[in-house]
Amino acid sequence: MKLVEAIIKPFKLDEVKDALLEIGVQGMTVTEVKGFGRQKGHKETYRGTEYTIEFVPKVKLEVAVADSLVPRVIEAITRSAKTGSIGDGKIFVRDLSAAVRIRTGESGETAL
Amino acid sequence: MVLVLLGLLCWGSGVWAQGLQPLPDAPKIESGDTAWVLASTALVLAMVVPGLALFYGGQVRSKNVLGTMLHSLVILCLVSAIWVLFGYSLAFAPDKGGVVGGLDWVGLSGVGVDPYPKYGPTIPHQAFMLFQLMLAAFTPALIAGAFAERIRFSALLLFVALWSMFIYSPLAHWIWGGGWLGKMGVLDFAGGAVVHISSGAAGLACALALGHRRGYRTDYMAPHNLSLTLLGTGLLWFGWFGFNGGSARGANAVAIGAIVATHIAAATSALTWMVVEWMHRGKPTLLGMASGAVAGMATVTAGAGYVGPMGAVLFGLAGGALCYGAIVWKGKIGYDDALDVVGLHAVGGIIGMLATGLLASKGVNAAGADGLLFGNPAQFWTQAVAVCVTALFSFAGSYLILKMVDGLIGLRVSPEEETTGLDLSQHNERAYS
Repeated sequence: MKLVEAIIKPFKLDEVKDALLEIGVQGMTVTEVKGFGRQKGHKETYRGTEYTIEFVPKVKLEVAVADSLVPRVIEAITRSAKTGSIGDGKIFVRDLSAAVRIRTGESGETAL
Repeated sequence: MVLVLLGLLCWGSGVWAQGLQPLPDAPKIESGDTAWVLASTALVLAMVVPGLALFYGGQVRSKNVLGTMLHSLVILCLVSAIWVLFGYSLAFAPDKGGVVGGLDWVGLSGVGVDPYPKYGPTIPHQAFMLFQLMLAAFTPALIAGAFAERIRFSALLLFVALWSMFIYSPLAHWIWGGGWLGKMGVLDFAGGAVVHISSGAAGLACALALGHRRGYRTDYMAPHNLSLTLLGTGLLWFGWFGFNGGSARGANAVAIGAIVATHIAAATSALTWMVVEWMHRGKPTLLGMASGAVAGMATVTAGAGYVGPMGAVLFGLAGGALCYGAIVWKGKIGYDDALDVVGLHAVGGIIGMLATGLLASKGVNAAGADGLLFGNPAQFWTQAVAVCVTALFSFAGSYLILKMVDGLIGLRVSPEEETTGLDLSQHNERAYS
C-alpha cells in the first residue's frame, strides 16, 4: 500500500477529484495548506508598502491506494492538476505499513 | 429699502464674514439656512463615527480593530465635552490680541439661539457652535491614523484633550475666529489648514515621538479588512458634503459651489491615484482609489466655496498625484505614519491652501478673494504664510505635548501588549472571536 500525497493548486481540486474517482479511487483527504516551491510567493501592495507573501495557499490531497494503482493515480493527478505554468505543485509517494477500517476492523488493502 | 440693503449686507458677509461686528438689530433666523447647517452637522458627525472608525479600522490588523475604532468614538466624545467647556470660547469668542478667543463663552454662556452675525446672520448661534464642534472632533480623530496600533489609551486621552485646547482652538481662532491670520486675508473655506494641515503635522509629530510599530518593515502588517475601509470612505465622502457645504453657513449658492467642488475633486483625485498607481505598481487598487478620494477631499477643503468646477478638477489632479508621491516617499524615509495621515492630510491640506491662492475667484464667491491666476499674486503668499505657520505651530506644539504625556504616563503600550494587540491588552475584548 502507498500513501500518495499531492500538493496542488486549489482551483484544480475538483478536476483532480473527478479524475481519481474515474480510475477507481474510493476516498481521499483534503487539507488547505500554505507553502512555496520554485514558484516562490506573490507580492501585495498596500498604499506605499509592499509585502512579499512567500507562503501561497495550496491544497494537499492524500490518497491511500494499493501498490498496483499507484502509477494510474500519479498519472491521473498529473494530468488533471497540470496547467503548465509554474506553481502546479508536487506529488509525493510513501509506503503505508497498515490500514484499518474502524467500523468493521478490516485491515490491509481491503480496508482502503 | 434700508432693511433690504441691510439684509443683503448680512447675507453677503455671512458667507465669509471677516471682522464684521454684530449688528445692532438681531438678524432674522432663516429656516432653510438653519436646516442645512443642522443637516451638515449630522453629516460631519457621521464622518467621525462611523466614517473614520471604519476607514481606519479596516486598515489595521485584526487584533487592533476595536482599539482603533474606539479612538474615533472616544475622541468625538472627549472633544465634545472640551468644546462646550472651553474649546469653543478659545476658538470663536471675541478676539484677544489676534491670538486667542476670550473666556466670554466658557460653558457656552451667552451662546444662545439668536444668530451671532459674524458667524452666520441667519442661523442660531448654537447651530454654528455645534457644526464647529464636529469639525473640532474630526480633526484629532484624523491624527489617530498616525499613532495607530501602539498608543496607550490613557495617553491618547490626555494628548487629545491638550491638543484640542492648545493647538486646535488657537488655530481655528487665528483663521476663522477673527485672529491674526484671518485678518491677513488667509482663505481657508472649511479647514485646509485648520483641519488638514494641523492634523497632518500633528500626525508627523506622533509618528516621530512614538517611533515605529514593532515589526515595521519585517512583519506582515497588511490591512485586515479593506471592505470596512471602503465603507468608511463612502461615509467620509457623504459627510464631506456637509463639512464643506455646511461651511457656507447657509443653504445658498456658495454651499452648492462647495459641494460641487468637493465631489469633483474627490472623483478626479481617486481616478488620478488609480492611474498613477497602475502605471507605477502595475495594478489599480481599492485602497488606492479610496485613499485618492480622501486625498482629493482633503485638498479641496481649503478652496471649496472659492473655486469653480474646473478649478476643482485641478485640485483633484494635484491632490491625487502629489499625495500618492508623498506616500511612496514615506516608504523611503521610513517613519511609521501607520495610516498615512501626513501623506493624505498634511500634503493634501498644503496643496489645497496653495491652490486656493492660485485659483480662488471673487466671481465664484464675492466674499472671498482673487487668487494669483485672477490677478492677485499677494493672495498666494498669504496662503503660503498660513501653510508654514499652521504646519510649524501644530508640529512643534504636538511634539511638545507628546513629550509631556510621555513623561507623565508613557505614550506606548508595552512590547508584550503591542504584540497581543490593543483590543485585548487595552480593552479586554476582541473583534473576531
